[in-house]
Amino acid sequence: MTRAAAAERTVAELQGIAMSLRRRMLRMAAHKGEGYIAQGLGIADALAAVYFRELSIDPGRLDDPNRDRFLLSTGHYSIAMYAVLAELGVLTDEQLETYALNGSALPMSTFDETPGIEIISGSLGHGLGQGVGMALGLRLDESPAKVVVELSDGELQEGSTWEAAMAAASFRLDNLWALVDCNGIQADGPLVLDMEPVLDKWRAFGWSAVEVNGNAMQELVDAFDALRKEPGPRAVVLRTTPGSGVPTIERRDRAHFVRVNDDEWSRLMEELEDRG
Amino acid sequence: MADVPSRTGGMGEVADVAGPYEVAPFGEALRQLARERSDIVGVTADMGRYSDIGPFKDEFPERFFNAGMAEQSAIMIAAGLAKVGKVAFAATYAAFLTRRALDFMAIACAHSMADVKVMGGSPGLVNPYGGTHQAIEDLAVMCSIPDVTVIDPCDAVELRQVVRAAAETPGTFYIRNLRGKVPVVLDESSYRFEIGKAKQLRSGTDVGIISTGFMTARAMQAAERAADAGVSCAVLHVPTLKPFDDDAVAEFAADVGRLVTVENHLRSRGLGSSVIESLYSRGQVVPLIRIGLGDRFHVCGSQAYLEQLYGLDLDAITTAVVKGQWDF
Repeated sequence: MTRAAAAERTVAELQGIAMSLRRRMLRMAAHKGEGYIAQGLGIADALAAVYFRELSIDPGRLDDPNRDRFLLSTGHYSIAMYAVLAELGVLTDEQLETYALNGSALPMSTFDETPGIEIISGSLGHGLGQGVGMALGLRLDESPAKVVVELSDGELQEGSTWEAAMAAASFRLDNLWALVDCNGIQADGPLVLDMEPVLDKWRAFGWSAVEVNGNAMQELVDAFDALRKEPGPRAVVLRTTPGSGVPTIERRDRAHFVRVNDDEWSRLMEELEDRG
Repeated sequence: MADVPSRTGGMGEVADVAGPYEVAPFGEALRQLARERSDIVGVTADMGRYSDIGPFKDEFPERFFNAGMAEQSAIMIAAGLAKVGKVAFAATYAAFLTRRALDFMAIACAHSMADVKVMGGSPGLVNPYGGTHQAIEDLAVMCSIPDVTVIDPCDAVELRQVVRAAAETPGTFYIRNLRGKVPVVLDESSYRFEIGKAKQLRSGTDVGIISTGFMTARAMQAAERAADAGVSCAVLHVPTLKPFDDDAVAEFAADVGRLVTVENHLRSRGLGSSVIESLYSRGQVVPLIRIGLGDRFHVCGSQAYLEQLYGLDLDAITTAVVKGQWDF
């Protein structure tokens, strides 16, 4: 897909894609009976906007050296990535049904053997620094490709994230973007360290940064358009709701890892359709 | 204990080089490679001066990236560069890399079989600053990570050959780097480094020394002295710690009465341990003295002082070979 064609997608179309991603995620989680579904639902809108409007990636040529790179630094959001890759036609719905099952090629935390997955993540704090290296290499090659790294608010507690943020600004990486998913949760519950003010931190580190409701498509689209005019590196701070689109999951106190009874998944699907 | 001067070499330099040497063999080899290949890049973490990457950096500044005092970032950057098609040499001190940046070498590099060639500088007792700077466990640590090739070169000749071999071979490498004036011990015209191959440098029947890194130069000297004392001593140089050349070690051990292993590293989980593990698992039991460092952090001091203190000097090795004694 060309950049121009992708940019023509309307907000309504992107919302439709986000809905489709959520459906796929719920089906995957239902098959497995559990998963990091809250994070996946929360990042769905941003992934729809990035993959179907911002990135230049030809699903038929995933080894194109000039493809844009998307690095998912939070490996446990894999469920969202697999939904995107199915939406792009890289993975099939049959493959999605193997999500996180024993021996599956679609593990709970991403591995770079999966087509369309650029890095192994799961040990947190690994994405942004590798994004810096990729951006440096692509710039050296005078490639038009850009690098977009997704990371989370919990990951801001990893020192390596800030080493990378510092380096990116110092190297003036115009071809590097960060999507900082602030969903307010981590393994032990609500964020155990106060990471605010997140936006100011990125700006203080020398990044052009904006903050948006990460579950509002129009805001996302506007943020990308506004930031594009600013010097890089660029960060979009996303305020997202874990479980976004499915009220029962949104309301859960412990949303980091969701496990529900087999018979409940169909009700969650209905909730999603009602919301949509 | 004989009096030895306190003066140390330049930061991380092999001190007191007698005989022929080369200056900055790593940087020179990298510069030569970079002239031939546009995909060679270099990364450091505020140790450009002290890792000898200078010759490369001076000629190819656009391909050189200094991550600052941030080893995790340096390795992440190297991994990212590798994942867009570069062959990334990441050079700083071994102690800082293998302790602080281990997760990144394991996951961002090795797990992806990324073309990152980590140059661990100032290995073992080369560094005079004590436990903070002395990488005495780096080989053990890096050998324990899957899909990493681990090499401890003997001298300038081998180091240059190792740099080239690493660039030409896909995957993640950990290479001990020697900087400054690096001795020339091996004969360039005949010596050929091969990944995963041990090299017998001397024949003998009574005792066999198995050594790695620059300790091999000392092993050769000890063998010479042993011969003068009427002890026939063979030397097997094992530059590649992983993958380990089990066959060569077994063959070598079969031809001698007893063994002495010598390494600038902890006695445990380095060369000596690998030799025992390898021989024992083949049912081959040979009397053996393991020369290396004890399980403790070591004091500050010049390389010569420390080596004498901990029994890594020529006298101690010679005594182990000739008399079968090593009490450190």
